[in-house]
Amino acid sequence: MNLSRRHALALGGAAVTVSLIPVSFASAASHNAMVTDAIAEYTGGADVAEGGVTLTAPEIAENGNTVPVGVDAPGATGILLLADGNPAPIVIALNFGPLSGGSGASTRIRLAGTQNVVAVAKMADGTFKSASAAVKVTIGGCGG
Amino acid sequence: MATKPRVKVPKSAAVGDVITIKTLINHKMESGQRKNKETGEKIPQQIINSFVATFNGTEVVNFTPHGGISANPFFEFTLKVPEAGDLHFVWMDQSGAVFETTKSIAIG
Repeated sequence: MNLSRRHALALGGAAVTVSLIPVSFASAASHNAMVTDAIAEYTGGADVAEGGVTLTAPEIAENGNTVPVGVDAPGATGILLLADGNPAPIVIALNFGPLSGGSGASTRIRLAGTQNVVAVAKMADGTFKSASAAVKVTIGGCGG
Repeated sequence: MATKPRVKVPKSAAVGDVITIKTLINHKMESGQRKNKETGEKIPQQIINSFVATFNGTEVVNFTPHGGISANPFFEFTLKVPEAGDLHFVWMDQSGAVFETTKSIAIG
């Protein structure tokens, strides 16, 4: 059998395109509802304005098992961090006490595949702000 | 199982300084998403779901991790130093285990 150069290149191309892990769920609609419900529960249904929150995450995560993420929202008393493509979207709830130096924290999270990381900050005046960052994941990190 | 947590805290600071604190604890953080390869059943979640840092008894931060926090949870945050004293860290997991450590900060 002759493996032509054209054929070999086509095979190589196909291999590269599957290395980015997309996330898919049996029902995208019900999963999206999980995310909006989680945010609504945190905000009590209040409006969420974009901006005022700095979310730091890599553009490409080599390993979905441990993705470094930082979040900072000056004036916030708490921040909810979500991963909109994870089977369980809420990643961590951060609360800043009276002696916190600011309203920021860093941690490492699991991402099941390419998706958006979302931060919703609860401000001291009761309003809510948010930011999101798209992260491409090359190896998924939810044990699958 | 988790082993002794490690924390990085400056030994001293001036009053009013904002200092950075880093914490790391060994813990599998079994997410509850993994499946047993033989039975196909989901392995039950067993994670650290509470982390609290206090300074001289006043809260600095209070975090509620979920299954999406990576194994060996790492947290970095800041403290505005009001006086000399003790930073107390407590991690709790879903089995009821509690892990604690304390670091002192001097003024100077």
